[in-house]
Amino acid sequence: MASEEIVMAGFGGQGLLAIGKILAKAAMEDGREVTWMPSYGPEMRGGTCNCIVIIDDEPIGSPVVQKVRSAIVMNKQSIDKFEPTVLPNGLIVVNTSLIDRKVQRADLKSVYVPATEIAEKEGTSKAANIVMLGAYVGVTKIVKPETVEHAIEATFAGKRGSVGEVNLRAFRKGFDIGQQSAS
Amino acid sequence: MAQERLLMKGTEAIAEAAIRAGCNFFFGYPITPQNEIPEYMSRRMPQVGGLYLQAESEVSAINMLYGAGGSGVRVMTSSSSPGVALMSEGFSYIIGSELPVVVVNIMRGGPGLGDIAPSQGDYAQMTKGFGHGDKHAIVLAPSTVQEAVDMMALAFDLADEYRNPVVLIGDGLIGQMMEPVVFPATAPKQFDKSWAATGHKGKDRKIIHSLYLEPEELERHVLKLFRKFDAMEAKEQRHEMFMADDDPPIMICAYGTTARIAKTAMRELRKKGIKVGLFRPITAWPFPNVALEAIVDKTRSFLCIEMNMGQMIDDVRMVVRGRRPVSFYGRTGGVVPTVEEIVKKVIEHNATLGA
Repeated sequence: MASEEIVMAGFGGQGLLAIGKILAKAAMEDGREVTWMPSYGPEMRGGTCNCIVIIDDEPIGSPVVQKVRSAIVMNKQSIDKFEPTVLPNGLIVVNTSLIDRKVQRADLKSVYVPATEIAEKEGTSKAANIVMLGAYVGVTKIVKPETVEHAIEATFAGKRGSVGEVNLRAFRKGFDIGQQSAS
Repeated sequence: MAQERLLMKGTEAIAEAAIRAGCNFFFGYPITPQNEIPEYMSRRMPQVGGLYLQAESEVSAINMLYGAGGSGVRVMTSSSSPGVALMSEGFSYIIGSELPVVVVNIMRGGPGLGDIAPSQGDYAQMTKGFGHGDKHAIVLAPSTVQEAVDMMALAFDLADEYRNPVVLIGDGLIGQMMEPVVFPATAPKQFDKSWAATGHKGKDRKIIHSLYLEPEELERHVLKLFRKFDAMEAKEQRHEMFMADDDPPIMICAYGTTARIAKTAMRELRKKGIKVGLFRPITAWPFPNVALEAIVDKTRSFLCIEMNMGQMIDDVRMVVRGRRPVSFYGRTGGVVPTVEEIVKKVIEHNATLGA
């Protein structure tokens, strides 16, 4: 299997660290090596936040990289910051609910996802991050969708009401968008 | 049956591993970037019948370790660079009194208040300067979360075996990152604790102290301690060689997070046809000088890479003793060296070697 380095970036509170953990858990369940590294420091409070997930079959060296194969960007600052860091022929998944510009590089595969609108339709705009994760997994198939669903269930187990169900639906909607854009 | 893999943050994995190693007492004082350790301990210790106590300062915390260690229980603290510096005096008392405790230092940028970013700026503090007097302590330097987990059990065992404190050094990266870990299934080892002060009732009096006012008496005590330190130097040196089977002309010397960044860089360098290996100290003290000595003749040049201005390089130079060039690359202030920087540095270094 291919190795993968992905950065997920947006505002603190959008759930970027959470989808990074879900992806990392799924990769672990698939039997692969994985690291999850958050940005940390005083800049996190109220500002932008990101995490880098690396998935490989070999033991992983550096948990931080300057160039990534894929990026999930959920706000304007993040696309400006991370579009230049994606490797040629890499992937960028853009949250069009908050980003009004197109990807400028022609050498990237770009996937546009109105994540907030889709999540709202499924029950809560808070699941926009999960829609983005779904789209990313739909394009790359870097982990099995079933293992991501397990990780989502585990993450939301014990939460009130149908939160887990809403997030599973949000994931599947995103996954379909990703899969369609991959074909 | 295969053990369950869990995805855990370095700090939380260290805390859980300590509890599974039989550590039932934690004393500490908050400081970033290791606060998840006391946070985790405050939640878990009551569940296992242990005690978590937040002291009013690091000076107080280390002396709580002194007291608890004297009763023979497994006890630890964790802190970060300036907080650890405050523990120096108590740490020396613990060595002088021959007590087994474990101290975790998740290093941050210094000097002074510095910053909360990853750093290896305490290598010298932990291996040479942690506490006053004639003394040593084993210093373990993990480079993955799994290794940190495995080392917590080892740290408590070594502390009990030698009746001497053991230090584990990580940095903000090891502390903050998540990786899959498997906790060892083995039960904690048991040690003779007949020296412990557990109450006088009907038993011999046990006195734990580090005060020897007669110089000859103190000298005898220090010589006794040094028989233990000599045994540690002989038996406890640990290291890893990576991509070193083909006797590469360039050997990187790096430990902890820096070593794993170097490993990624080395894979790229090998693709470019540059033969480079890694010597990774796993024990910062005792420094693995036997293993390093064994490769000096086969190596043309050594490159030390650290997240500081050059501290381990002194230990490397003491082994190499001028027989080969030893050069340095480092970032400081909490700046983490990148894979690209290391690749560039090694290519430049390789060019200077000539044919």
